[in-house]
Amino acid sequence: MRRVAVAGAVVSLATVLVFAVAGPGGQWEGVDKTVVAKFAEEAGRPPREPYINTDRGDLLLFLFLLAGGAGGCVGGYFFRELFPPKTRDGSGRKDG
Amino acid sequence: MTVRWEKAAYVLWIVALALLPGRAYGMHISEGILPPGWAGFWFLVAAPFLVLGMRDLRIRAGRAPHFKTLVGLVGAGVFVVSCMPIPVPTAGTCSHPCGTGLAAILIGPGQAVIVTSVALLLQALFLAHGGLSTLGANIVSMGVVGGYLGYGAFLLARKVRAPWPVAAFLAGLLSDWGTYAATSFSLSAALAGGGSIAALFRMILAAFVPTQVPLGVFEGFLAAGAYRFIRTRRPELLELPAEGWAP
Repeated sequence: MRRVAVAGAVVSLATVLVFAVAGPGGQWEGVDKTVVAKFAEEAGRPPREPYINTDRGDLLLFLFLLAGGAGGCVGGYFFRELFPPKTRDGSGRKDG
Repeated sequence: MTVRWEKAAYVLWIVALALLPGRAYGMHISEGILPPGWAGFWFLVAAPFLVLGMRDLRIRAGRAPHFKTLVGLVGAGVFVVSCMPIPVPTAGTCSHPCGTGLAAILIGPGQAVIVTSVALLLQALFLAHGGLSTLGANIVSMGVVGGYLGYGAFLLARKVRAPWPVAAFLAGLLSDWGTYAATSFSLSAALAGGGSIAALFRMILAAFVPTQVPLGVFEGFLAAGAYRFIRTRRPELLELPAEGWAP
């Protein structure tokens, strides 16, 4: 797990550095825009507005924060029950 | 390495991920792109898989009531993973993994279709990610093609005695690539007009390649890592799919 943590940190930092060097101006768009929407617009069928548009300021971000906080607390509180630590013989669950 | 350094690495990881740009999506076909005929066609293609999945869920939940809890947990995972933008420096774009290959080997391909349809419906309703009219096409590419292809790759790899991590890696890799190939096909079939569907399919697929080839490899490692973790900590969960899926 230590190696995974270190590798994850290194990869994430390297990615952030790439972002910092390249700059986000117009880049790093999703392939839904660079591929799907591009071909759809060329064919004369651009994407339309969603029926429910939740893109209202930071409201969605706030809802994600609430959901993430609640989910994280519950998941963290029950983590040992969800994923008990390995036994010495590697047979899986410590408890029954 | 001391525990302090290990904790610091985790914190650094989380902070770095939090600094990544937020809004970036992937294979979901947005609202209004597919003509009504094609949108209806993909709903018809998805329908039998949804019916089979629901039947499978009822049978297996009858045998093991906690199976529904596992399906819910895996569904939450698919929802999050298929919203998660991953920057691909080689292409300069972002895309997301699908999670359906891993879902299929954990709960079976029928259930992968069910959890994918729920995740896609929520994303279409509340996140402007995908669309209601294109839900059928997105279910087919991500749930049906991704789920069944990942599951098939896993079974085949195990049949030729490949190690567990390799089989899980192939499930993640091929489910990702298969999903984007299916999206390319549904787009090219709907948008070709009087032109060649095959030619447009090749063009769209080629446009996905710089982003999806590395991302598919990432999804393979993600599936292998998650599968290994569950196999180590909760091996009994992996016996549930072995109890047999109904279709």
